[in-house]
Amino acid sequence: MEKRVTFKGWFLPLLLVLPQAIVSAVFFFYPAGQAVWQSMFIPDPFGLKSQFVGLGNFEYLLGNSYYRASFVTTAIFSTLVTVVSMGVALYLALLADRLIKGSGTYRTLLIWPYAVAPAIAGVLWLFMFNTRVGVVAWYLGVLGYDWNHVLNGTEAMGLVVVASSWGRISYNFLFFLAGLQAIPKSVIEAAAIDGAHFWTRFRTIVWPLLSPTTFFLLVVNIVYAFFETFGVIHTITAGGPQQATTILVYKVFSDGFVGQDLGSSAAQSVILLIVVSALTIVQFKFVERRVHY
Amino acid sequence: MSGQSGMVEKRGAGLWLTHAGLIVGVLFIFFPIWLAFVASTVTQPEIARPPMPLLPGDQFFENYRKALLSGVNAPVATMLLNSLVMAMGIAVGKIVISILSAFAIVYFKFPGRKAFFWLIFLTLMLPVEVRIVPTYEVAAGFGMLNSYSGLIFPLIASATATFLFRQFFMTVPDELAEAARVDGARPMRFFRDILIPMSRTNIAALFVILFIYGWNQYLWPLLITTDPSMNTIVMGIKQMFPSGDDIADWPVIMATSILAMLPPILVVVSMQKLFIRGLVESEK
Repeated sequence: MEKRVTFKGWFLPLLLVLPQAIVSAVFFFYPAGQAVWQSMFIPDPFGLKSQFVGLGNFEYLLGNSYYRASFVTTAIFSTLVTVVSMGVALYLALLADRLIKGSGTYRTLLIWPYAVAPAIAGVLWLFMFNTRVGVVAWYLGVLGYDWNHVLNGTEAMGLVVVASSWGRISYNFLFFLAGLQAIPKSVIEAAAIDGAHFWTRFRTIVWPLLSPTTFFLLVVNIVYAFFETFGVIHTITAGGPQQATTILVYKVFSDGFVGQDLGSSAAQSVILLIVVSALTIVQFKFVERRVHY
Repeated sequence: MSGQSGMVEKRGAGLWLTHAGLIVGVLFIFFPIWLAFVASTVTQPEIARPPMPLLPGDQFFENYRKALLSGVNAPVATMLLNSLVMAMGIAVGKIVISILSAFAIVYFKFPGRKAFFWLIFLTLMLPVEVRIVPTYEVAAGFGMLNSYSGLIFPLIASATATFLFRQFFMTVPDELAEAARVDGARPMRFFRDILIPMSRTNIAALFVILFIYGWNQYLWPLLITTDPSMNTIVMGIKQMFPSGDDIADWPVIMATSILAMLPPILVVVSMQKLFIRGLVESEK
């Protein structure tokens, strides 16, 4: 798309794009280039010299069992967060969509956790499940279940998944409700007259018509689970126990800043870069064209 | 209307079940925040001996006063101010540089326009999480550690905002620019007197989303601020936990959590229409 009417001159437009260009160059492209460059070196322990190793860092990473484990952890974590937050949101949206009056009120009551930062969500859930003072952990103890996410990797994973999904339900609910309300009621009523029950109507009409929304949310939630949940992991488990909740982004941080292993951290950044690029391309190619199933 | 929808609308027991299901959902969403609020109104010993009470106590003013004025490492009032500066800086910065570049891209034909457009698109693929260490090094090189500029500038390039303004400018009738040109108006005059006023709603909607984005940043402030007096509130909470075996000061931490989520929640609730618009528009 192009404008028919444009202004003349080239100096002014260049001046206008300059601030964005400078910020992007200095804080986005240069560091990204540095990450690619550093990923091919191993600095000596004193940080004085670097040795060129080509793809050595990548070979090392892919052969490293901790890194491979982190990939698996990330896959499990993102799948669970996506399924839980979208599942609960869809369920609530389907309920709200059945109401003629009051769906707006429920929307107001359900959307504001979007504003709660993942790191704060982490602190709230940590407080409930804290092994010493947590209310939920205490009542679980009364019921005979000994909750300890500090030692038990599965429980730690469960906790970070729930804490990450909790605030995300708002966002997904909003989009699902909008998607549902865009489906013409007449279509659903026609099916109802034909005797189709709720489940049949959902499966044959609602779900297919909702597919663009679902697919869009799928991509967006995977991106969220990969990159924006750092705060949850950092506040609740710090990647533990025994790296049970060390997702890829957390590992870049802990290897780069805590472990000071710069070559490996840079190589991990490059791998993540490829992951984001792929997700972005998928998002633009398919979501933009609105996949009407 | 109601007679027509009656076909798929549940009545009686079904209607109540629908409400019940939604209320359970609302309670699930509310419960963690309710607990945090209760914890911020009781004494430390009441929490240290579980189970803690489920109804608010009488320490509200005491805990919030303690948090705001002294905190743990730094007064929470200071951290709130830092968060406000960072969130405003990011929201305003992103909007300004994006609207300027969108104006240039849509209303001018200049050398490198296509290339510039693609470069902006590429920044979408470079979230701060994947360029952590090198970006930190750049910021450190500029002496930006523990400063507001360090908190703000590395985050303000915005592909989403640029695309949003570009899309909006494309819908502005050509006749307006034509008329401005015939009248001999300079481009910046057209920008200021016509485009900006027309973009008001878009700017406001975007501001709501970007303010929340800036306020809720965690990883970047964690790296860039080592001085507690420069911490933002969202990242500062984690720093309030003791490192050893000491028991955390939960009432003060929970008061801080409530204070940390209050501003963005108020923004969302009070500007719900703009918020939803911004969310839907910026994800297009």
